Amino acid sequence: MSDLPDADEFIKIDHSTPSTGWMDTPAKIRPGMYCYASNYRSVEALGLPNARRWNPLDDDWQIPDNWQQIFLEGLQERLDKFRSLKIFMDICVRCGACADKCHYFIGTGDPKNMPVLRAELLRSVYRNDFTTAGKIFGKLAGARPLTLEVLKEIWYYLFQCSMCRRCSVFCPYGIDTAEITLLGRELMNLLGLNIDWIATPIANCYQTGNHLGIQPHAFKDMLDFFVEDIEEITGVNCEPQYNKKGADILFLTPSGDVFADPGTYTAMGYLILFQFLKEKYGLDVTWSTYASEGGNFGFFTSHEVMKRLNAKMYAEAKRLGVKWILGGECGHMWRVIHQYMDTMNGPADFMEVPVNPVTGTVFENASSTKLVHIAEFTADLIKNNKLDLDPSRNDNLSVTFHDSCNPSRGMGMLDEPRYVIQNVCNNFYDMPPSTIRENTFCCGSGAGLNAGEDMELRMAGGLPRANAVKHVHEKHGVNMLACICAVDRAALPDLMDYWVPGVDVIGLHELVGNAIVLPGEQERTMDLRMEPLPGMEDEADE
Amino acid sequence: MNSSYIFSLILVIILCVVAYMGGNAEGLRLVFGVMIPYLAVFLFVLGFLRKVLGWAKSPVPFSIASTCGQQKSMPWVEQNKLDNPSTTFGVIIRMFLEIVCFRSLFRNTRMRFHKSTDGVKIAYDWEIFLWAGALAFHYAFLVVLLRHLRFFFQPVPWCIQVIEFFDGFFKMEFVGEVIDIGTLQIGLPGVFVSGLILLAAVIFLCLRRLMSPKVRYISLASDYFPLFVILGIAVTGIVMRYFAKIDIVGVKAYTMGLVMFKGTLPPENVGGIFYIHLFLVCVLLACFPFSKLMHMGGIFLSPTRNMTGNTREVRHVNPWNYPVKTHTYEEYEDDYRDKMIGVGLPVDKKE
Ligand code: HEM
Ligand code: SF4
Ligand code: SF4
Repeated sequence: MSDLPDADEFIKIDHSTPSTGWMDTPAKIRPGMYCYASNYRSVEALGLPNARRWNPLDDDWQIPDNWQQIFLEGLQERLDKFRSLKIFMDICVRCGACADKCHYFIGTGDPKNMPVLRAELLRSVYRNDFTTAGKIFGKLAGARPLTLEVLKEIWYYLFQCSMCRRCSVFCPYGIDTAEITLLGRELMNLLGLNIDWIATPIANCYQTGNHLGIQPHAFKDMLDFFVEDIEEITGVNCEPQYNKKGADILFLTPSGDVFADPGTYTAMGYLILFQFLKEKYGLDVTWSTYASEGGNFGFFTSHEVMKRLNAKMYAEAKRLGVKWILGGECGHMWRVIHQYMDTMNGPADFMEVPVNPVTGTVFENASSTKLVHIAEFTADLIKNNKLDLDPSRNDNLSVTFHDSCNPSRGMGMLDEPRYVIQNVCNNFYDMPPSTIRENTFCCGSGAGLNAGEDMELRMAGGLPRANAVKHVHEKHGVNMLACICAVDRAALPDLMDYWVPGVDVIGLHELVGNAIVLPGEQERTMDLRMEPLPGMEDEADE
Repeated sequence: MNSSYIFSLILVIILCVVAYMGGNAEGLRLVFGVMIPYLAVFLFVLGFLRKVLGWAKSPVPFSIASTCGQQKSMPWVEQNKLDNPSTTFGVIIRMFLEIVCFRSLFRNTRMRFHKSTDGVKIAYDWEIFLWAGALAFHYAFLVVLLRHLRFFFQPVPWCIQVIEFFDGFFKMEFVGEVIDIGTLQIGLPGVFVSGLILLAAVIFLCLRRLMSPKVRYISLASDYFPLFVILGIAVTGIVMRYFAKIDIVGVKAYTMGLVMFKGTLPPENVGGIFYIHLFLVCVLLACFPFSKLMHMGGIFLSPTRNMTGNTREVRHVNPWNYPVKTHTYEEYEDDYRDKMIGVGLPVDKKE
């Protein structure tokens, strides 16, 4: 972060347009705005093309001599396979409605971060080689040949899109730049042009079952750690079950929750919830070390890698013979589950239509895919009065809620988490309507861009979100930003430190974990972060 | 690209000149009056079909609705059935509102940085003008188009007469007002509002494209071209109706001749302006399938709008789904068996 300008300096963003047209304004790949190149070992591990050492700042990217052919044939193949791509390439009228909807444009002022131009970068190549008008009229019809410079420009801006879909909400034809970005990144991967923040997690996930490369014994060790902490805080042992055959429910969550604060506190929240339900209602949940990742960075690479990583979920459910799957808090994980998983790796006819064993609620909306979101599950428990909650334990928090892009625009889970928050804490304030729900702004670090080296891009992209938080921070004294996404939990603390100091980040189920009154628990003086509960400042000191 | 409008402007002017001269040249009337219109219609129909069938040929492998509202979940959570439909009926309503009301465009906002006492705030104001302009433009265009059908039917169907009636409905008031201020306008033919709205809306869209820096920056020559062509069509149409007072009966005989494939020429007295009007319409038709105007067809097929959002409830099938290489549990256990046994994790094979 040392190279970052001061927040006050930063905010003088220039939204004016350059004097030269975009085709005549070459892209300059700038440190702070791009992520490091994929490590060749990770590329090899998945058997993806062109594993080698390379650096985006070098002139020579060491791609095969026939790279144009590979790219254009890849584009042809995808046009034939995806109606979405074909239509999105053809029908944009350049009305500009999407232009200022992208957080990266708002935060950088770079016109090529307008969704329409991001798409035009690829569309111009499409026109040149695939359309009559482009072949005849060339540049006048917005066509340009695929040169190395053009390839690099497309690459640079594909990795400045977090696939958040905000632009698609406002486009009169629903043109979804996230779809174009995903398919564009597929083309880049044909040439071995991935970034390491994606390539290494997917290689890890393939081998060990999770992005962080945590091996099974270490995974258990980490959860044991939480169990100890929870015991210290509550006096109750919340030891989970692992890889248990015949369990009722398989629980999957992003490995980020096992690995780093503040996600770890969310994981503790899950453990407390499951312990409560086990004691009171005999709930039988198992974790898995093989399917130990809910997220799927394959989604940021290609449909094929997405499918290869996602396959573990159903495979493990089948091996263990569970009735259905419960999924933890993660953004893109839920886009994959909601819109891709069943199609790719289903049908999941070896499981049952999910029924909440505690309330008897049938989750009709998950009847085919057989995955229920933990916010749906917990909301259902609260609605049926099955949890003993003491929301006053969260009274030192004034909470707002960040809708993650994917659960909002690729699923539509908007009210369930809010319902849960409002039942587990007493002070909740939503941000302004144009920045939440389906209009929500990305954390600025989605789609594999939450690396360290592109911090300037992340802080710029996160500005609209941070600015809305700042608004409620000043107006209502909000000091806690709740979310249901592991990438958010990793990215938002940096963003808050930079733009809105004084606001911390919390997972939904950390709030739940604080509020749940476990059977047989000791009087709690600390929250899950081992900080004093409201009114307990003196006791906790002892 | 910043001045790409100049190219389109010059091109449209050249097209106008060509048509004007063609219309006045004795020998070219057949070309401009009959052959080019047939060719244009042919290109339009064929190109349109080819494009739409081309789209339809590519499958929709995944169900990727943009969910713009609360999903269907438990019965007590109120679903947004319009923006996150879970039934075909819901999708039809969503699509209907998109196509008929440009609903997504209605959401448009404009981002603005403003400095306040406590630092910089970003505001998002509702921006209605593009929506209003676009709606005015498209409906005016539609009405003008439908009214023109009177040239191609004999007798004129009642529905077209109804449209004309309502389109001309304002003529009384309009003329009345004009009389009030004392000008003699009674001899004017009835005023159709659609033509005037079309003209105003096209001018608005042109100005917006030229004046808004962002929109200007993204605009291609091929974005200005249809606007200028339509502008030309609207202007020549209005001139013919209100000022040049063209021989409508003669024109109708000509257009009916086209319909009956009789190859009738336009009447002698229509003048060059008629040929400009006609030729620009032909250019628009012929270019339509090869340009962004195909958004008319594409909007119906856009997968982010025409699919249901309940993808966990109903499985979507991908016709080209293929098996992929995965790291199976057996391989995983082989890799880590000892470590798993070491911490007491259950394993399938104990060696
Ligand atoms: C189902 C039919 C149609 C729908 C739903 C539709 C919808 C839209 C929308 C939402 C826009 C964006 C707003 C704007 O830029 O004005 C637009 C732009 C445009 N449409 Fe259509 N349209 C349809 C048919 C047509 C047809 C038949 C034409 C033929 C001339 C046409 C010409 C245009 C033009 C020229 C623009 C760009 C305006 C500009 O450059 O600012 N549209 N359309
Ligand atoms: S809103 Fe849609 S049609 Fe308009 S410029 Fe953006 S992508 Fe193109
Ligand atoms: S998907 Fe999100 S990040 Fe990508 S262009 Fe659209 S608004 Fe920007």
